[in-house]
Amino acid sequence: MARIEAEVGKPQGGFMKWIDDRFPFTKTMKQHATEYYASKNFNWWYIFGVLATVVLVIQLVTGIFLTMNYKPSAADAFASVEYIMRDVEWGWLIRYMHSTGASFFFVVVYLHMFRAMLYGSYKKPRELIWIIGMLIFFVLMAEGFAGYLLPWGQMSYWGAQVIISLFGAIPGIGDALVEFIRGDYSISDITLNRFFALHVIVLPLLLIGLVFVHIVALHHVGSNNPDGIEIKEHKGPDGIPLDGVPFHPHHTSKDLIGIIVFLMIFFGVVFFAPEMGGLFLEHANFEPANMTATPEHIAPVWYYTPYYAILRAVPSKLWGFVLFAIAVVLPLFLPWLDRCRVRSIRYRGWMYKTALTIFVISFIALGWLGLQPAEGIYVRAAQFFSVLYFLFFILMPYYTTIDKTKPVPDRVT
Amino acid sequence: MNEDDVDRIDRNRRHFLSVAAGVTGAFGLGALAVPFLSSLKPSARAQALGAPVEVPLSSMQPGEMVRVLWRGKLVFVLRRDESMLGRLQDSVAELRDPDSQVAEQQPDYAVNDTRSVRPEYLVVEGSCTHLGCAPLEDFEVRPAEGWNGGFFCPCHGSKFDLAGRVYKGVPAPTNLRIPPHRFVRDDLILIGQDTGAA
Amino acid sequence: MDKPKILLTVTAVAALLFAGQGYTAGSSVELEPADIDPDNVASLQRGARNFMNYCSGCHSAEYVRYNTIGKHLELSEEQLIDNLMFNAEKTFETIQSAMPAADAARWYGTAPPDLSLMARSKGSDYIFNFLKSFYVDPTSPTGVDNTVLAGTSMPHVLWELQGFQKAIFSEHTEGEVTTEVFEGFETLVPGSMDAEDYDEFVRDTVNFLAFISEPIRSDRRVIGTWVMIYLLVFLVIAIMLKKQIWKDVK
Repeated sequence: MARIEAEVGKPQGGFMKWIDDRFPFTKTMKQHATEYYASKNFNWWYIFGVLATVVLVIQLVTGIFLTMNYKPSAADAFASVEYIMRDVEWGWLIRYMHSTGASFFFVVVYLHMFRAMLYGSYKKPRELIWIIGMLIFFVLMAEGFAGYLLPWGQMSYWGAQVIISLFGAIPGIGDALVEFIRGDYSISDITLNRFFALHVIVLPLLLIGLVFVHIVALHHVGSNNPDGIEIKEHKGPDGIPLDGVPFHPHHTSKDLIGIIVFLMIFFGVVFFAPEMGGLFLEHANFEPANMTATPEHIAPVWYYTPYYAILRAVPSKLWGFVLFAIAVVLPLFLPWLDRCRVRSIRYRGWMYKTALTIFVISFIALGWLGLQPAEGIYVRAAQFFSVLYFLFFILMPYYTTIDKTKPVPDRVT
Repeated sequence: MNEDDVDRIDRNRRHFLSVAAGVTGAFGLGALAVPFLSSLKPSARAQALGAPVEVPLSSMQPGEMVRVLWRGKLVFVLRRDESMLGRLQDSVAELRDPDSQVAEQQPDYAVNDTRSVRPEYLVVEGSCTHLGCAPLEDFEVRPAEGWNGGFFCPCHGSKFDLAGRVYKGVPAPTNLRIPPHRFVRDDLILIGQDTGAA
Repeated sequence: MDKPKILLTVTAVAALLFAGQGYTAGSSVELEPADIDPDNVASLQRGARNFMNYCSGCHSAEYVRYNTIGKHLELSEEQLIDNLMFNAEKTFETIQSAMPAADAARWYGTAPPDLSLMARSKGSDYIFNFLKSFYVDPTSPTGVDNTVLAGTSMPHVLWELQGFQKAIFSEHTEGEVTTEVFEGFETLVPGSMDAEDYDEFVRDTVNFLAFISEPIRSDRRVIGTWVMIYLLVFLVIAIMLKKQIWKDVK
């Protein structure tokens, strides 16, 4: 890093000139690192984008090494995972990093999305960044789902059974669609094989492409900040935003701290609690898939449970599926549902603050309820919080219009 | 101290910390690479499957050869009869390395005239030292062709004698490799291990 | 406290709630904690002996190699071969049961499950209680049933040690429905061990089962500690670097 820093900005000769004549290396470094100016008042909510990239790299690298020993067939899958855990030297570390990474991917992405809601990062001109981000989230959900089938344990099998059956709710084409997804009359070796292809090739490629576009779009319009103001509106005589500092070395040195703290938590789980009490690695998944016996209590992995709780709160297969799908897709429309003139929560009125707090509580409550058995008080509670979840979005155009805002400062605070 | 000095100290400190962070980070990445690369080594299962192989000799007749697999490699065990052993010295002049001087091609205890622990039994890898094809045995003596009996590689025509020694003027550079082995009993050879308990 | 901090707190509390989310292994009976000590090598060695003598006749542990046990339980190759390897010749072999699975399925109705991962799928407490909860039931083909897993096809293998016990049920009638509630056990035939020794015996065995379900458990904790120390050092350097770089930003 120090080398690049020293060479950027001064006239180049020799090797770097040779490269730059053929590939815009120095220009790219300037544009995206040393002369990409982001607000100096970023708080720690701004770390999650970088962390998502870190987790992506962890997942890609560990994933590649896992495929070297994993066998995508119903007969061998479960045993090959145990083979990795026991017979492959350090295989356990690679597998735990991947399984822990999956959960942390969602932790980080959920917090990253929440940051956008705190500071209005999805508002004009960043609507497209938000939409690409939501697409990344959808692909990530599919990626996690496909990946969860691969260990071929009881939870893998029955979890997939339940989720794939959801599509059967679509009138007319439901049954045919379910068969098409499975490629068989039940979840089988064939399903496992194609989910493997999706998990290791199709979806990761999409993910990488979308992440790239997400960052290109971000660097085109510039990063938002906790005050929700445009730093580009106040530039110094040198054309540099007065409130901006270069991404490198300022933000990179700050991000490094965040990455290390993240790695401490991440490796804390990997080394000291890889099952996370049955939340990251579910107990029933240490039993091979058994087509003749459903585990007594099945729930998807924790990162899907908020939506799963909404699905179960509706006493109709079709409408449960419809509301589930809407709940997942709704945030896509935030840029247009939110009519407030200011971006940051710092200058918004009490209505949005209250609404957002209720939304977060509802989302977490739904996540917890999705892990509980679908009976009695749990279903009632899930219905209650589902209504709150939807109201947050449906009423948004209304309460963001009438909400009293505070004056926004010219410069960042 | 004037301002320039402060600046210089700051610059030095910053340079020092950048290097420290870079070195520490590189150390971490390096340490992390170790488990990932180690995972590519033969696993416990591969080691179990690659365990030494026992070859019983009780039913082997003089002049007979058996083929066994050890770690997925073909190994010939040949019981040489008197005439075969006698012929070993006949064509020494035509061999590239008659005294087994290329150290990697056999354990020390097989560096002798017969390239074996006991002269009667030749234990040799059936993998041509040219490009790894499996040589064919051809023990028939044909003086007209100048063939004294030995191994012949069908891929590129390399020739070896009855001790797996390579002839001159063929593509294979060295003698056939002798794997580690030992006699557990008079009628039992263990291939893949030469010391320690069975 | 500003808004983000409140929300962060909410998130943290929620995370704790989730993490505290225990699991029930599908049993209505309250489970007594097994209270095993994974770092107690002597207990693990006794457990290994118990397993080989009483379990491995019928149950396999097909992912577990004998030499893995030897390495972690500080046993020499001779000790391993002489004391534990009844069904195998080589130390790199995995633990296979003495009984062919097909025969087992015919004799017991269902093949005895593999025990490699039992402690991870069911939990140590579950196995601990299961092995203590066989009671005499003349209507069952094996002569016993179990309060933890009703209708189990496993016979009371450890009866010589524990003896036989009777389960006391009380009937509760609520409207039309009568339910049997388990009250406790009563010894019918004493075994060769008293209750305390038997608990200890089962505890060692469960400890061993927990060990084979994840043999690298102790390794990862040691390595994890070093990783944490490294990250802490790196963190200090990173904080100093950041402070230096941000010095001129007002």
